[in-house]
Amino acid sequence: MTITMRDRFATVAKSLLDDDPRVAVVLAEISRTLFRDAELAHPGRVINVGIREELMIGVAGGLALSGLRPIAHSYAPFLIERAWEAIKLDLTHQDVGAVLVSIGASYDASLEGRTHQSPGDVALLDTLPGWTVHVPGHPADVEPLLRSAVGGRGCSYVRLSVEENAEAVTITPGRMQVIRRGDLGTVVAVGPLLSPTLEAVRGIDVTVLYATTVRPFDAETFLAVAGPDVILIEPYLAGTSAATVSRLLAHRPHRLLALGVEQVELRRYGSPADHQRAHGLDAAGLRARIERFLEEIEPAEQKHKHITQAITASL
Amino acid sequence: MKLARPRRRPPATDLGYADLPRLMSLMTGDEKHTESATSTLDVLWVLYDRVLKVSPETARDPNRDRFLLSKGHGPMAFYAVLAAKGFIPVAALEDFGSFDSILGGHPDRNLIPGVEISSGSLGHGLGLGVGLALGLGLVGPGSGGHRSPRVFVMVGDAELDEASNHEAIYFAGATGLERLTAIVIDNSSRTHRVLGGLEGPFRVAGWEVRDVSGRDHAALEAALAVPANGRPTAVIARVERNS
Repeated sequence: MTITMRDRFATVAKSLLDDDPRVAVVLAEISRTLFRDAELAHPGRVINVGIREELMIGVAGGLALSGLRPIAHSYAPFLIERAWEAIKLDLTHQDVGAVLVSIGASYDASLEGRTHQSPGDVALLDTLPGWTVHVPGHPADVEPLLRSAVGGRGCSYVRLSVEENAEAVTITPGRMQVIRRGDLGTVVAVGPLLSPTLEAVRGIDVTVLYATTVRPFDAETFLAVAGPDVILIEPYLAGTSAATVSRLLAHRPHRLLALGVEQVELRRYGSPADHQRAHGLDAAGLRARIERFLEEIEPAEQKHKHITQAITASL
Repeated sequence: MKLARPRRRPPATDLGYADLPRLMSLMTGDEKHTESATSTLDVLWVLYDRVLKVSPETARDPNRDRFLLSKGHGPMAFYAVLAAKGFIPVAALEDFGSFDSILGGHPDRNLIPGVEISSGSLGHGLGLGVGLALGLGLVGPGSGGHRSPRVFVMVGDAELDEASNHEAIYFAGATGLERLTAIVIDNSSRTHRVLGGLEGPFRVAGWEVRDVSGRDHAALEAALAVPANGRPTAVIARVERNS
């Protein structure tokens, strides 16, 4: 039997409950069976509030006010979008910490339809200050990221997915891993999109970074290797990290291609692979867009001519 | 109903109930501001003067009682009581609403000593109160049992229109959260009448409901002093209609 990210989450969360009396898990029915043993072992510290997501976050905030370290867990659209104002006010505005752990990333629930999809989750959290966002790409990433999140004091989001990379890479929470170096561009592959990215850039001489913590964005590693042509490949809403990257590169001439889940009402069911293809995030779709982007590089003298023409036209 | 009277504490300042209108006028500039203009004033005073086990000295003690002003609106009465009880300096009232003030239109727990939650958007206090009550049962010294320290959440009658309250009311009732007391200030401000009245959802959810005058200090004290056994307590405090 394969071990999923969700399985790893339940196992590691149980271990955290065992080790630290200040850890509590708040559920809204979803994944309750995975926590049955933990509920028996730690009465009162596994709290199922029923199908009440806003209360789940309020309870997490209240637990934090009492000095506990809450982990709230549900399906991404219900955890983040349905409970949104509670996240903003009961956690961030109160200035208390909590760890939110979602399942059902982007198009994992392709068969369930739009109600069960929230590709905008990370973009939403970007409207609040201080959030750490972890996007594991492999079940092996879950433990270090979850332990890092729960071991901290602030607000963290751990975004689990059914989609996962073929192979695990050794990661350090908070840092990007340099997978390979090249001269033609810098590709940042986030979480479960590392595998299709590596397949897409086969034979193309680019640097590939693997990011499992996207907030805060690992500026140090990124700036140390980034060239002028940057490609972001994110498993949530396209462009979510574009503003962050643009700010980091504000004083360097650069171009940015930001790929991710497109902002469309797709109105299709099918498999996650179908959706990945529809958003151009499969290896073929990525490769076509990466090649086009890298070929678009204008020779310097031609670029200068274009700029001169544009300035002349505006006078 | 015979309820034990809690031990009285000496006031932290020499300011008393009679000073509250003057303290409020420091913020509003309205010298004719009377207590009847503020629906929450008497309940707040009775809580801080006679019921809550909290003082400026114990404002960070893990075993203090918690008061959560969920409604957050019109917090001048709250600020006046906090000043009278020594949590904040009276001078802070005069600076109400300035850029550098700790006091504004809705309270922020990160700015005001003694304020347990930041509020203003209706319907957040009960959810936070449920979590706080559950948490206090897990981290407390245990000596207080299931009913101490207590968590009091003040909501407005119209605030109960927000569905988030009902998530909390039904969950707290189902789990017998006796540490939690809700105080509903009823100034008949709801637009749409609810069959079964304000207390309906609380009763259906299994809370003990106590209905008192929100101006009668002795009745308020009796209703607030001792929580119900095995279930949460809702105190409906009736005041005159807002005009």
